[in-house]
Amino acid sequence: MELLSGAEMVVRALKDEGVEYIYGYPGGALLHIYDALFQQEDVKHILVRHEQAATHMADAYARATGKAGVSLVTSGPGATNAVTGIATAYMDSIPMVVITGQVMSHLIGEDAFQETDMIGVSRPVVKHSFSVQNPEDIPGIIKKAFHIAESGRPGPVVVDIPKDMTTPTERYPYEYPASVKLRSYNPVSRGHTGQIKKAMDMVLSAKRPVIYSGGGIVMGDASNELTELAQMLNVPVTNTLMGLGGYPGTDRQFVGMLGMHGSYEANMVMHHADLILAVGARFDDRVTNALDKFCPTAKIIHVDIDPAAISKTIKADVPIVGPAKSVLSEMVSIVKASKKQIDKEALDAWWQQIEEWRTRHGGRFRTDDSELMKPQQVIEMLSKVTNGDAYVCSDVGQHQMFAAQYYKFNKPNRWINSGGLGTMGFGLPAAMGVKLNFPDADVACVTGEGSIQMNIQELSTISQYDIPVKVICLNNQSLGMVRQWQDMNYESRHSQSYMKSLPDFIKLVEAYGHVGMKVDKYEDLEAAMQEAFSLKDRMVFMDIAVDPFEHVYPMQVPRGSMRDMWLTKTERT
Amino acid sequence: MRHIISVLMENEPGALSRVVGLFSQRNFNIESLTVAPTEDSTLSRLTVTTLGSDRVIEQITKQLNKLIDVVKVVDLTEGEHIERELMMIKLKATGQMRDEIKRTADIFRGQIIDVTPTTYTVQLAGASDKLDAFIDAIGTSGIMEVVRTGVSGLSRGEKVLSL
Ligand SMILES: Cc1ncc(C[n+]2csc(CCOP(=O)(O)OP(=O)(O)O)c2C)c(N)n1
Ligand SMILES: [Mg+2]
Repeated sequence: MELLSGAEMVVRALKDEGVEYIYGYPGGALLHIYDALFQQEDVKHILVRHEQAATHMADAYARATGKAGVSLVTSGPGATNAVTGIATAYMDSIPMVVITGQVMSHLIGEDAFQETDMIGVSRPVVKHSFSVQNPEDIPGIIKKAFHIAESGRPGPVVVDIPKDMTTPTERYPYEYPASVKLRSYNPVSRGHTGQIKKAMDMVLSAKRPVIYSGGGIVMGDASNELTELAQMLNVPVTNTLMGLGGYPGTDRQFVGMLGMHGSYEANMVMHHADLILAVGARFDDRVTNALDKFCPTAKIIHVDIDPAAISKTIKADVPIVGPAKSVLSEMVSIVKASKKQIDKEALDAWWQQIEEWRTRHGGRFRTDDSELMKPQQVIEMLSKVTNGDAYVCSDVGQHQMFAAQYYKFNKPNRWINSGGLGTMGFGLPAAMGVKLNFPDADVACVTGEGSIQMNIQELSTISQYDIPVKVICLNNQSLGMVRQWQDMNYESRHSQSYMKSLPDFIKLVEAYGHVGMKVDKYEDLEAAMQEAFSLKDRMVFMDIAVDPFEHVYPMQVPRGSMRDMWLTKTERT
Repeated sequence: MRHIISVLMENEPGALSRVVGLFSQRNFNIESLTVAPTEDSTLSRLTVTTLGSDRVIEQITKQLNKLIDVVKVVDLTEGEHIERELMMIKLKATGQMRDEIKRTADIFRGQIIDVTPTTYTVQLAGASDKLDAFIDAIGTSGIMEVVRTGVSGLSRGEKVLSL
């Protein structure tokens, strides 16, 4: 058997796992590993400018491909800088392997230089973590880390490696395991057939059914199965923020996103439904509004790979634990074989009602109350210029909600945003992680002038590796989402929600060697955006001045039901 | 309601902190907790008593099951079970109190396991409410120190928690 040092094993195991890129930042505890990286070419390392960005790049790669992304950060501050990125992945169930350096084993616990108990610090935000105690264990641990990260309900896994586990002069036999078996971890591979039959019987008896699907469809590669089932049954589909693209956004049966900033029709459909088929979604508080008022007439079927997600907030009438893909395809087969048909007449009446809701609101917004262009217009233009086919990586704020509402995602894995944690600063590194791995695709980062500054240093990484992403900055000169809440709940006392002394973004990006474009008038937008996307090998930053007073609507009324919404600044349901 | 949840888990470093961390992270209550290795040295058995509604208890067992180190979880209070807790209690014992303590300990089937001219230490095993009753009977004024192990338990009959 081949003899390798611990450091070489880390790199070799990544190669054997099929990893092409890792994202990281060196430091004392990692020097042996970085030296091993230097001496090979299979695993390519991207040097970020802040460890948070390394984790978001790895995370976005995972969101776009379904495979675990990898980052490598040093002990102490390197590891703690990565925590936000790990938590971001954890909240959205994204597979990721984060390798953290650690001080030498004999120093652990002594408050050694750059020592942080990373296993302890990361514990609440990881699916699992490993601390390497013997160099021989490295291949097995890395194999397990990928297996755990990618299977079942995915999530981030931390592998903490003390420096003396990687000493170059100490060599051990290396073999990468072909498979892993963990006696205490066996994710389900299919749902319970009896439950699935029962569920389909209920669906076929429903008069006002709706499918409510989430990120589990996207990460569970179940988009085709979902689409087939929904179209066979002709039932409306709503997606969560995480589930966008799981069902084609331009299809007639799609009623839009649901929840706090969901579409009027989606929230109305949910509230009035008599049956909700929830798949890969978790009834989170940004979806349900007040739990005691949630969908009073609906029976609930809940399909999820994670038993703990079922009946956590809303009790399921029919729980089904299993992967979305296999459960949905079983559902499709049942419907195909069934003699019972869904009640067409009832469904027609249901659709008629839905169309009425659609015409009532349908995502309209005003353009006549401001000199400046509306953020929604920018997103609609982005959707047009990129044919609804771009990877859209978003930051957090109003711009994120506008992107979710107005970009029409027809494919899964294209909408990449921090839904659960809501991490400002996610967008730019996420776009970089996607573009690097899909060099021919259009990759946009939709951001605000607030969020972009949280990881703006990555403009430098972009120069180093030529990662020509397009930044669409909806510049409203304020922390818009905060300001909106202040407008609505604090009599417009704008405490710390606007930013004096914004940088000249154009000069800033030019200083890094990129292209900057300033757009102030809607008339100039289309041409400018066309040009930005035609500059295939340049990073372009579009600084777009938008109405600072715009709010995101609909917006659910706090502690109300699904259907209680503000539709404009003055109009309520 | 009070529940006794038994957990079989990998005897690995960090496993216990994950279980304890889960309880604080998710705002679950811990009344008592005991943990020790089993006859199989790769496994530890942990018993936790907790209070919560059915919904909370369901979440606790599900979230525990999700931990990678956790092999099996059972809520003992769902079925017939036996529970025991051990208490050692050090009491002021002078004059006629010595007889009084001895009598009360006998009634509760306790044993006096350490004696000095001024103190008795009584060992008592049983369900937690029996230990509480002993403390009530003795009265707090004479108590110098109490140490309790927390509850351990298992199911009655053939039912076992094992691999
Ligand atoms: C790291 C972090 N800090 C604070 C917040 C709270 N927050 C949510 S949205 C928002 C404002 C975002 O401003 P900007 O990026 O300009 O977007 P806009 O809402 O103006 O479109 C803030 C501060 C957050 N989500 N993340
Ligand atoms: Mg802003």
